[in-house]
Amino acid sequence: MLAALAAAGALLLSACGGETTADSGAGETAAATGEFPTTGSGVVNVYNWTDYIDPEELKRFTAETGIEVILDTYDSNETLLAKLQSGATGYDVIVPSDYMVQQMVDLGLLQNIGVRSFPNGGNIKDNLIDVYWDSGRNYTAPWNYGTTGIACNFVAEPECANIKSWKDYFTAGLPKMDSLKDQVEVVSAALRATGVAGDDLCTTDTAKYIAAEELLAGFKPAVIESDGGIERVTAGTSNIRHAWNGSTHRMTVENPDVQCIYPSEGLNLWADNLAIPVGAPNLDNAKIFINWMMGPQAAGAQSNFSGYDNGIKGSDAFMDDSLKTDPAVVVPADKEALISPLPNCGEEARELYTQVFTTWTTGQ
Amino acid sequence: MTVTTSTPKSGSTQRGNRARPGQSSPKLAYLPIIFLAFAIGIPLLIIVVYSFLEKPSQGTGVKWVFTTENYKALFIQQKLDGTTALDTRYLKVLWTSFTYSLITTTVTLILSVPVAMWIATRDARRRTLLVALVTLPFWISILIRTYGMRQIIADEGPIGKFLGLFNIDWSILYSPPATILGLIYVFLPFMILPIYASAERFDFRLAEAAYDLGAKKLTVVRKIILPAIRPGIISGIALVFIPALGSFLQSDMLGGGKTNMVANVIANNFGQARNWPFGSALAVLLIVLTLLFVLIIQGISQRRGDKVELV
Amino acid sequence: MTITKTPTTKRGKLVNLRNFPGFNPTAWFVLFFLYSPLIYVVIYSFNSSRIGAVWESFSVKWYGRVFENNDIQRALKNSLQVGLVATVLSTILAVMAALGLLRMKRAGKAVAIALIGAPLIIAEIVLAVGTLGLFIAVGVPLGKIGLMVAHTAFCIPFALLPIRARLSQLDMAPFEAASDLGANESQILRRITLPLLAPAIVAGALLAFAISIDDFITSFFVAGPGATTLPVYIFGMIRSTVTPEVNAISTLLLLFSGTVLIGSYLIQRKRR
Repeated sequence: MLAALAAAGALLLSACGGETTADSGAGETAAATGEFPTTGSGVVNVYNWTDYIDPEELKRFTAETGIEVILDTYDSNETLLAKLQSGATGYDVIVPSDYMVQQMVDLGLLQNIGVRSFPNGGNIKDNLIDVYWDSGRNYTAPWNYGTTGIACNFVAEPECANIKSWKDYFTAGLPKMDSLKDQVEVVSAALRATGVAGDDLCTTDTAKYIAAEELLAGFKPAVIESDGGIERVTAGTSNIRHAWNGSTHRMTVENPDVQCIYPSEGLNLWADNLAIPVGAPNLDNAKIFINWMMGPQAAGAQSNFSGYDNGIKGSDAFMDDSLKTDPAVVVPADKEALISPLPNCGEEARELYTQVFTTWTTGQ
Repeated sequence: MTVTTSTPKSGSTQRGNRARPGQSSPKLAYLPIIFLAFAIGIPLLIIVVYSFLEKPSQGTGVKWVFTTENYKALFIQQKLDGTTALDTRYLKVLWTSFTYSLITTTVTLILSVPVAMWIATRDARRRTLLVALVTLPFWISILIRTYGMRQIIADEGPIGKFLGLFNIDWSILYSPPATILGLIYVFLPFMILPIYASAERFDFRLAEAAYDLGAKKLTVVRKIILPAIRPGIISGIALVFIPALGSFLQSDMLGGGKTNMVANVIANNFGQARNWPFGSALAVLLIVLTLLFVLIIQGISQRRGDKVELV
Repeated sequence: MTITKTPTTKRGKLVNLRNFPGFNPTAWFVLFFLYSPLIYVVIYSFNSSRIGAVWESFSVKWYGRVFENNDIQRALKNSLQVGLVATVLSTILAVMAALGLLRMKRAGKAVAIALIGAPLIIAEIVLAVGTLGLFIAVGVPLGKIGLMVAHTAFCIPFALLPIRARLSQLDMAPFEAASDLGANESQILRRITLPLLAPAIVAGALLAFAISIDDFITSFFVAGPGATTLPVYIFGMIRSTVTPEVNAISTLLLLFSGTVLIGSYLIQRKRR
């Protein structure tokens, strides 16, 4: 599995043209001097996506380190940013995706912690070190990564077999269709469906956004729901869903009728990260937490829970077999070319994304 | 619970400003007033101020530049191709909120009058029990009640299963009717209780007398009973319509991706969409509409001779 | 339709009104409507199946999950902390407001009542985002303290309702007697006013507590690190993956609300 994923991971790099070399950062930026603490006391405030961390692992973390984890959750990168910018200063560890890391670094919201100098800093998979949002891994540690495609119940909805592309998905007009409440994912998929190439998703050509907006407007009447997900599809409340591949994997485990679809226009590869926001009250505990999560066993257990692959070397030894054989998680060789990184757009394109998404969510 | 209506002659002592024994100095109220000015007054003021400011380039918060664009954006859409067009989206959202609240108020009213009358005519012991049964939902989280409704009306829920026996397709969750049903469910006790409070005070011998004198049943209802419970009805309308207009959870949990009420759009602008000034403009519009409704209710009840007191 | 006239009962009520056509079935329908979703949630909290709508077998395992879940317990603790502080503060402020308002001048009273009534009239979402703006302006970090302030504010009108109602019914005789006997104002307040108001104060406090515990929107916007309250947590659960755990928590909360209500009802009945 890892060969295929490594290829996918490499795309993270190739798409942004290695700006820096591997040896930048780590050594000199490691602010932490002296011994790296492995145990502590008190708490660490973790702010993570909902349903994205194994509660059993958190208990194990507390047992091993003596640090209690206080978990709060959010539902999108944009919500996370909004919360941080509106004065929530008490979080110690947050989990932004790639493009959001770069925005946050630009806004001065993240601490430079020199992740590679951590005891487990050497565990980062090679192709995930010099990533565009954090070359040399100064601000962030890799967490899970995956793709965003379509989950479809091939038995309950025979039309699944005819859905080969984003365009098919957005225009199918089938009963029991779900969307995904994520601005970048929805708008970029609509752009791909209307003919924008995977490397041009940050275009500022408004005509392309108008086409995407029209496509989405036509899709709207078919959408039942965009929240929730896994249990909706496994229970048959919904049959088709725009979904992160880890969710698709968890659906397939519960209900083998549900399988993933790789849309022919291509799909996004995203990578989430652990980071420490400026003003974190428990800096040491936050570092201990991040370092602990970079251990192969913890990373493997996390993948088993979430259904995504992770950026830690050696973690596959701790991963379930079901993960290693699921085409939702292991990108099949013939699909690798479809994958390109989640767009990291400039302000102008971001504004266009927001406009398209707001128009879509507000329209009746 | 918000609005208490009473007829002027309801017997409560009219209290003036004169000090009486046992009445504390008005200074006692200063601390709560100052606190509320801080925690309620200033937030409302902030929303009004935000609505006249620009959105900063990185989204969250406000940029301190005066503008009226947010209000224009409620009606005029700056399209992606640079043209402008009349934007009916937000008007529709407001219209949706208004009609949902109106339907909710009407249905709860139609259901509540018989229920309140029925309870009021039971014997004392059963009456206490029934009032407690209607009151209990007040104490139960609206979130949980809305969730319960969602479970009941889900495609695979009990109604769906039952209708499935007859091969009738049941699919209403994540649609406007589901939102309205949720609103009716959550706000029904808010209508029953004030009407019951009026009905309880009503002397049913009056109706009996009218009936004995030969009045038709419906005439008794129209001419004697309805006027007697009118204060309760007016309170009930205010208590249901006002919160329904600003409701968030029902459309979010039951309406699916398709129905937006105004509170959902405001929340989205302060969350994912990160356009605080525009969200504020919408909030100001909602405040204005609510106050307008309150004024209308007060006007009606005053003309009818009932005294409506807020709080 | 012919209406047969039935004789009146001993209580002097009109019997035919009791049997008004349609009233009886409507009432039973409404009660059924009010309770069936709650009963459904309670029943399915004992369902062993992971998929909510399919009944498998009786099980209490979801309750086990709830009691094992640290996040739920923390959320419950937050809710109780915020709820208790908000209840105490809002009830004290409500008593002060109720007593002070009695002798306030017209203009001041109008402003005060507008402020007190605002949380009842203005949509909660508006106050929630406004409060967020306030905390940013003042520099209060998002978290529990802010939640307590916000909850106290919107609980005041609810705590005030029963207190004002009781005040308007009070018989003035004991006050005048006390005054004639030479008691000063603070003595009257301590010895007469507050004891007479006590049941209403308890009722107001309970109401405030219920409102605070139930609050979702304000808590959602104003909560910060470690301040997730139970409704915010449950909402997140419902939004992401609904597990039958939600049914179990809901049932526990129903039990709690029911106990509080019945308890307060029994206390009040004893007092009378």
